[in-house]
Amino acid sequence: MTEPVVQIRGLQFAHGERMIFDGIDLDIAPGRVTAIMGPSGTGKTTLLKLIGGQLRPLSGSIRVYGEEVTQLSRKGLYQLRKCMGMLFQSGALLTDINVFENVAYPMREHTRLPKALIRDLVLMKLQAVGLRGASTLMPSELSGGMARRVALARAIALDPSMVMYDEPFTGQDPISMGILVKLIRELNDALGMTSIVVSHDVRETAAIADYIYLLSQGKVIEHGKPEALRDSSLEWSRQFLEGRPDGPAAFHYPAPDFRDDLLRGGQSK
Amino acid sequence: MNNRTVEIGVGLFVALGIAALFMLAMQVSNLGTFVSADDSYLLEAGFENIGGLKVRSPVTVSGVRVGRVAAIDYDDEAFEAVVTLRIKSSYDGFPEDTSASIFTAGLLGEQYIALEPGGSMDNLADGDRLQLTQSALVMEQIIGQFLYSTSAAKSGE
Amino acid sequence: MLDVLQNLGRVTLGFFQRLGRGHLFLLQIFATIPGVLLRPRLVLTQLYAVGVLTLLIILVSGLFVGMVMGLQGYNTLVDFGAEDSLGVMVALSLVRELGPVVAALLFAGRAGSALTAEIGLMKATEQLSGMEMMAVDPIQRVVAPRFLAAFISLPLLAVIFSAIGVYGGYFVGVDLLGVDDGAFWAQMQDKVDLRGDVYNGVIKSVVFGFVAGWIALFEGYDAVPTAAGVSRATTRTVVHTSLAVLGLDFVLTALMFGE
Ligand SMILES: Nc1ncnc2c1ncn2[C@@H]1O[C@H](COP(=O)(O)OP(=O)(O)OP(=O)(O)O)[C@@H](O)[C@H]1O
Ligand SMILES: [Mg+2]
Repeated sequence: MTEPVVQIRGLQFAHGERMIFDGIDLDIAPGRVTAIMGPSGTGKTTLLKLIGGQLRPLSGSIRVYGEEVTQLSRKGLYQLRKCMGMLFQSGALLTDINVFENVAYPMREHTRLPKALIRDLVLMKLQAVGLRGASTLMPSELSGGMARRVALARAIALDPSMVMYDEPFTGQDPISMGILVKLIRELNDALGMTSIVVSHDVRETAAIADYIYLLSQGKVIEHGKPEALRDSSLEWSRQFLEGRPDGPAAFHYPAPDFRDDLLRGGQSK
Repeated sequence: MNNRTVEIGVGLFVALGIAALFMLAMQVSNLGTFVSADDSYLLEAGFENIGGLKVRSPVTVSGVRVGRVAAIDYDDEAFEAVVTLRIKSSYDGFPEDTSASIFTAGLLGEQYIALEPGGSMDNLADGDRLQLTQSALVMEQIIGQFLYSTSAAKSGE
Repeated sequence: MLDVLQNLGRVTLGFFQRLGRGHLFLLQIFATIPGVLLRPRLVLTQLYAVGVLTLLIILVSGLFVGMVMGLQGYNTLVDFGAEDSLGVMVALSLVRELGPVVAALLFAGRAGSALTAEIGLMKATEQLSGMEMMAVDPIQRVVAPRFLAAFISLPLLAVIFSAIGVYGGYFVGVDLLGVDDGAFWAQMQDKVDLRGDVYNGVIKSVVFGFVAGWIALFEGYDAVPTAAGVSRATTRTVVHTSLAVLGLDFVLTALMFGE
């Protein structure tokens, strides 16, 4: 098998006292769409930030294209990020420039392409996400779903060799959802990109993903091809993928017993 | 924000700032009346007591300002203060026996040097020393002398 | 008792940690300045936001401060028959103290707070993270141009404040109260020294511009990325800048004008 694009070994990370990852191993194969799924609040966004070098782990190694992200200098990190694209969960568009300029931004920063060419490229990307008509709007004038799509166009502006999508489908209507699913798959196949998709939309994700990692409570619960996971021997995985409310996978953030909490009445703690 | 507005705004702002600095330099401070080194010559004068005279105090003739005090030193052989005067070169016709006195402008005002031209035919040149000087009046001395003279007059009766 | 000590320790450590972070932040800004100078347009835009938009409040305040000084100075000086010295009094107080200090305080309220809120909100909405992931250094792209703009703007604003203040004093003293026009300017020119007074005032405002920019940007960059966090950071900017300016003013005055 070819060298993985991202190779994570023994990753540990904590936000303050709270352990988010407790020893994770994970490989992202080149040219594939790898989905990372798990209950809300398990740390999927955190994982993407760790891969991008924005957070430093407590211990463990994160190799991206063979480079140890945790050891890279500031300069090396910026160099490495030039071949990464990232779609933020919040969009993270620059609010003082319009949609067109937002998508053009990475091109203007990192290339010396002539103006006319940048214009064409930007319009192409916006066309791909169906928002060419919105190019003069300001980010504050966009709906949540539209902002997400602009952010996607920006993430792929420089045709990066690896793209991380943090919940690309949230807030999309069925039509644009279908188009985005196709877009991600096409980009991946046509340009040979490596894609990491974080999503809760089991059906869409299972449809485009070549490989799925299931995370929960700081561990990789299971990983494998979508078909394999659906018939998993683990009750947890099947419950999560089918979205059943009862089973070993908990919906709640860790908390003391609900009944105890209620019975304690007014007294706090 | 329109590019043109930004450029014009910043241009005006910087111009206004420089104009203000220029105004402070020329109009408010003494750059306008400054005597520069190559446009002037130096004279020296020894005084027994300079009172409250300061570097940069004015030097006048008949009430017209002709220069400034450039330096004040103490000569420990002659036991007197040596004041260096910087005079504008346009005023170069002072006779050799010109005298210098330290006066006070008003009762509480600042002290300045007044030059009084003499009758000599030869003129002062750069670096020359004024021979005739009159020290500053020190209030305590005047009062002391006054008290002494009145008491002497009384005891003489 | 132990609790108090513990808290005291934590607060002290927290203080030094912030101080350290603040200085590292400053070094990072310095490191990116050469890159910023290659793209002067970034600074130009910020000069507009930071300097030009503060100009109006500086002009109006300068004029009124000068007029008040003209009035107060006249009332005091006329008792000693020294109203001819009004120009000196107005000019010296403005050039040495009020120009740099009041301009810096107004700057903190008008431009500093805006800078903090802007950077803090960019952080809260992940715009800074977004830039980092696009391999664009937000310190270079966002922070450093604003720092340079603050550093350049404040000295300009301070001299503008002083200049218009002198005219304000002139208007009240000469035009309204009848101080002699010639005496007003002549005494002023006699007593105000270009190097000792004007330059020192400018140096003060350069220092204040540096400090005001630094505090505002650091507070924004270091803000807790929430609405409350940004609002607290904005308040801190105004308070800390004002305190720093007044404290530094004392030190600088002692160094410059003390014998
Ligand atoms: N700045 C922070 N400080 C402290 N805890 C944090 C911080 N950011 C995130 N967390 C915690 O880390 C955990 C993981 O957060 P993360 O955003 O990675 O979750 P996620 O898996 O992306 O969730 P979602 O699917 O809802 O986006 C959460 O439980 C959250 O409480
Ligand atoms: Mg998330």
